[in-house]
Amino acid sequence: MNDDRIKEKLSEKFGADTLQFETYLGQMSILVPSEKILDVGRYLRDDPELKFDFLTFVGGVDYYPARPRFELVYQIYSVSNTQRLRLKARIDDTDSGPASIESVSKVWMTADWHERETAEMFGVVFEGHPDPRKLLLPDEWRVHPLRKDFPLMGTEEDTPDLPS
Amino acid sequence: MARELSQRADIRSEIMEINLGPHHPSTHGVFRAIVELDGEIVLNCTPYLGYLHRGYEKTCENKKYHQVIPLTERCDYMGASSNSLAYCLTVEKMLEVEIPERAQVIRVIMAELSRIFSHLFWLGTHGHDVGAMTPLFYMLREREEIMNLFELTAGGRLMPNYIRIGGVAKDLEEGFVDRVRAFTNHFDTRVDEYETLLTKNIIYMDRTKGIGLLPLDKAISLGVSGPMIRAAGKAWDIRKSEPYCGYERYDFDIPVEYGCDVYSRYLVRVEEMRQSNRILKQAIQQLPEGPFLATAPGKVFPPQQDIYTKMEALIHHFMLVVEGVRLPVGDCYQSIESPRGELGCYIVSDGGTNPYRLKWRAPAFVNLQALSEMSKGCFFADLIAILSSIDIVLAEVDR
Repeated sequence: MNDDRIKEKLSEKFGADTLQFETYLGQMSILVPSEKILDVGRYLRDDPELKFDFLTFVGGVDYYPARPRFELVYQIYSVSNTQRLRLKARIDDTDSGPASIESVSKVWMTADWHERETAEMFGVVFEGHPDPRKLLLPDEWRVHPLRKDFPLMGTEEDTPDLPS
Repeated sequence: MARELSQRADIRSEIMEINLGPHHPSTHGVFRAIVELDGEIVLNCTPYLGYLHRGYEKTCENKKYHQVIPLTERCDYMGASSNSLAYCLTVEKMLEVEIPERAQVIRVIMAELSRIFSHLFWLGTHGHDVGAMTPLFYMLREREEIMNLFELTAGGRLMPNYIRIGGVAKDLEEGFVDRVRAFTNHFDTRVDEYETLLTKNIIYMDRTKGIGLLPLDKAISLGVSGPMIRAAGKAWDIRKSEPYCGYERYDFDIPVEYGCDVYSRYLVRVEEMRQSNRILKQAIQQLPEGPFLATAPGKVFPPQQDIYTKMEALIHHFMLVVEGVRLPVGDCYQSIESPRGELGCYIVSDGGTNPYRLKWRAPAFVNLQALSEMSKGCFFADLIAILSSIDIVLAEVDR
């Protein structure tokens, strides 16, 4: 199983223009349209040849002030093929609410805590998450520390939502 | 029997919720869980994290690449050298720096020493958790020897902070290799000694066999790695499947057990200590002469001696300290086999001198997620044994 075969199989299934492939330092990442993340994830896990059954981590990157603002990173692994792959999806805040994407915890259970952490750190929403509570931060915090516009240090005026 | 008792209709019974932690000796840090109990049977266990959250990833985004190294070791302070190794490997991969042979072998020595170090302390505290007081004192004896080795060559005892981008901080101290050799020569008999305390101990076996079951399919879908997945029958070790630091040149086995329980995890970790000792013996055998730091001007610090005698080296050193090293634009993920499992570092660079984003894939964080799954339906006292079999380091879980 090599990168070309994965590319071929995914293009065949989802169409050649839907996904963008990029290889850097021998690591392939795929930019997936955010509404397709669950379908692509499920296909990658269930396909008998690909078998990406192990989710290594889910993380977020804030590209403020660029748009779309957030990029979600899903690093996956196939235990039987010892093959790694990275999925990325870009989302942005809309008029109707904060940036959101479907939760992949239905596909990989590992995503549960990772998505809770990403949600509180970046202020994005994972729809359909089984347990959307905060994980590491106190419940009363309304701020999202890993956003680029959140100050590293400062006074109480800089972070009015933090309890003093 | 306990289950039958609690389900008898004439006995008043209701679900009891109790709070475990955050300060509790068996939680190895500040970990809190709300446990729902039916008599003594655990119905549900909900972990609450974050008591040790220090904003590690945010701090890293605001530090230069060289300044991140000591921070990484504060994550998993039990296997400190593994952390700085994972970070440095990621940065080196992006900088495309070639690491000299000697530095590779020194890194393997440090990584394996910290694996033994971590497993020793785990074994001691795990024994303590299930009611065996004695092992801890034996483990601390050997752990002390390793701490002395760290102190000799790196200065730090718990957190050596010895691995650098491009190699290691300085060459091995005189006498270090002889002392490692002396340690490896007697360590195998010490492991035999530990095994006489627990492996065939009927009380220990009763407390751990068939407890905390996590079958392989569950383990994979929960992202569990390291000794826990090897105790579920999967021979997956990143040192073998994706070798780094020249691990492909060492002859060692991956210990595998099929019990999926606490006892299997114990057996895997004990055998891993023997295998690490085997690697250490080979490493000091093949330790080559040569530089301990790569020559990559502008990326890696020049050797101390050159800074005093060569103009270019002084300039490069000055620029690296004042400005820092710049990584090319892009992202990279690199993982290693830490004592607890897959330890990974994902760096996004925007071409600046700080990581634009650094994501730390901490094995204990992911493995801890399996706790609720494993503890359902067991006794409350077994929950403590299961929690300790995960081998958590809370500093790494909360980051």
